[in-house]
Amino acid sequence: MTILNPFFGKYGGQYVPEVLIPALDQLEKTYVEVRHDPSFWREYHDLLNEYAGRPTPLTPCRNLTRGTKTRIYLKREDLLHGGAHKTNQVIGQALLAKRMGKTRLIAETGAGQHGTATALISALMGFKCRIYMGAKDIDRQKPNVFRMRLMGAEVCGVEKGSGTLKDACNEALRDYAANFENTHYLVGTAAGPHPFPTIVREFQKVIGEEVRFQIQQLEGRLPDACIACVGGGSNAIGMFDDFLDSKVPLYGVEPGGRGLKTGLHGATIEEGTDGIFFGAMSKNLQTEDGQIKESTTISAGLDFPSVGPQHAYLGETGRVKYVNATDLEALEAFVLLSEQEGIIPAVESSHALAYAIRMMRENPDREQVLVVNISGRGDKDIFSVSKYLEDLGCIRADGSIDTAPLRRKD
Amino acid sequence: MENRFEKRFAELARRNEGGFVPFVTLCDPDKETSKKILDSLVKAGADALELGFPFSDPSADGPVIQLADKRALGSGAKTSDFFDCISYIRQKNPDLPISILVYANIVCAHGLDTFFKMAADSGLDAVLIPDVPVGMLHTSGDFKQAADRHGVNLVLIAPPNASEQTLEQIAKTTGGYTYVLSRFGITGTDKAFGKPVKVIKRLKELGAPVPILGFGISTPEHVKEALKTGAVGAIAGSACVKIVAAHLDDVPLMLSELEKYVASMKAATRA
Repeated sequence: MTILNPFFGKYGGQYVPEVLIPALDQLEKTYVEVRHDPSFWREYHDLLNEYAGRPTPLTPCRNLTRGTKTRIYLKREDLLHGGAHKTNQVIGQALLAKRMGKTRLIAETGAGQHGTATALISALMGFKCRIYMGAKDIDRQKPNVFRMRLMGAEVCGVEKGSGTLKDACNEALRDYAANFENTHYLVGTAAGPHPFPTIVREFQKVIGEEVRFQIQQLEGRLPDACIACVGGGSNAIGMFDDFLDSKVPLYGVEPGGRGLKTGLHGATIEEGTDGIFFGAMSKNLQTEDGQIKESTTISAGLDFPSVGPQHAYLGETGRVKYVNATDLEALEAFVLLSEQEGIIPAVESSHALAYAIRMMRENPDREQVLVVNISGRGDKDIFSVSKYLEDLGCIRADGSIDTAPLRRKD
Repeated sequence: MENRFEKRFAELARRNEGGFVPFVTLCDPDKETSKKILDSLVKAGADALELGFPFSDPSADGPVIQLADKRALGSGAKTSDFFDCISYIRQKNPDLPISILVYANIVCAHGLDTFFKMAADSGLDAVLIPDVPVGMLHTSGDFKQAADRHGVNLVLIAPPNASEQTLEQIAKTTGGYTYVLSRFGITGTDKAFGKPVKVIKRLKELGAPVPILGFGISTPEHVKEALKTGAVGAIAGSACVKIVAAHLDDVPLMLSELEKYVASMKAATRA
């Protein structure tokens, strides 16, 4: 029996082999013990502030919104040490692992951001570290692969299946089932079996807490929308959690890939059906027979045919509206933010920004305050984005960038 | 309903023999070959069959079975084809105990009630769902009730690290047999099997259905060792699937190699 409720409505649970239950029980018990232990949270916040650089700023866009009455604020998780929001929760989980006496951390990674975060905390706190990463992702996220290796992590390419995030998740689960006695599986998103969705949310909710305070300082009121991209959903749940009890509209932006009509996307909540995958009941992209399908998106970090169970639940209750941005929209947002604000966002975060830009363009005369979570920085993406832009005819003869081809509606 | 597993293992006990249970993936490499493979396993002396339903993401399985699942799905086989194979072997062997290993998502996709009805109609005795631990049986619908409604046994896995409370629940709930996990980790022959003597002893005290040992068993010597732990039978999966994988271009040789292998494993169950 779990101590906490493992479900969010009908979603969630602990659908893993019996052999893993004692390890999950130990994790839950340790988390419950530290929940009200001030010394744990002091250590967590000290590391967040002094090592990772919290709080992160809330930056108003100066140029992107020109000519409209929209004000867009960027929550700058891209400025967090490691380059993404992932660092928040690896600090929390690493402290739990330490309390459990584990000596080795393993993790799955898509874009390599979570792998990088796990590698850096392993270096800092003296864990052995192995990262599972799909072979296709190793190819499209090379800078992060080297960063992980530089910090002493072993990066294991996963060739099986589609060679992306879901296969890395399977492989990490297999490692965990064999080695849980000395190993903590540092799940990178608010998905997986209980208690991971709850623990990851609790270590990410600092994002939304800061936003709520900062927007009051800057605007003297709550925003008209909070927007975050959703793959597994950790940056989104971190942003949303503190607003769930408010009336602020919340938007989770899934990867629309080539467009929902083509079937080539990762819009799990909009298009998926209920099923059990990666240890939890959630929404999955799957066949009628229950075989998991592959998702399609330019974003390695959002390339996941399932989603965290709390998001499936929030979608069902309607508290969060789940929408999508296509590859082209995300690429345009990537370029626009770079060009107009001097900020290169991760291609994942570009999906959230793309949706804010759509809201702005659809209602240029509406006074609206939008907060977008820039969950990570885009340095890791520059090589693959430059190739996409070239293939799409966005690079002019003089090397400058033309976004017009990205706005073509097919 | 007569319980074929209990009946078969009672007979074996009377003969002072252990049971050998080969495991293969259904429709690997394709439906027609799979039927021939099942025939060969029975012909060579399998005491029961445990058959895998191919899944896109078999996270409890090692590389050998992952590839088998991929071949099967790659052949275009679907749930109805897997059940066809079972009906086929059931019709030819009315007394043979047959179980399947199927990941939870496939059961849920069809609906629990529909899935267990299909299982019962195909002549299956038992269903093992590796990613539904005993604590989750009564959630997301009720796996146990659905199985009971259609007279299908639900087989549970008892791992070496199970708590006393978990072992009690497993002993009370598992039907047909108890799948005793020889060691941690995933399926495969690369890691030696363990000897969970204490777990088996405790399961017997708790009156659990017969303990059959699996994970890491691949040689006749392993079978002999497995039976010394108090288990009444041994399951070998990856070792069987490896033979299938090694002879994809020569089915007659695949079948004769499988028969040779199963016969040698079965021989090891006779004291």
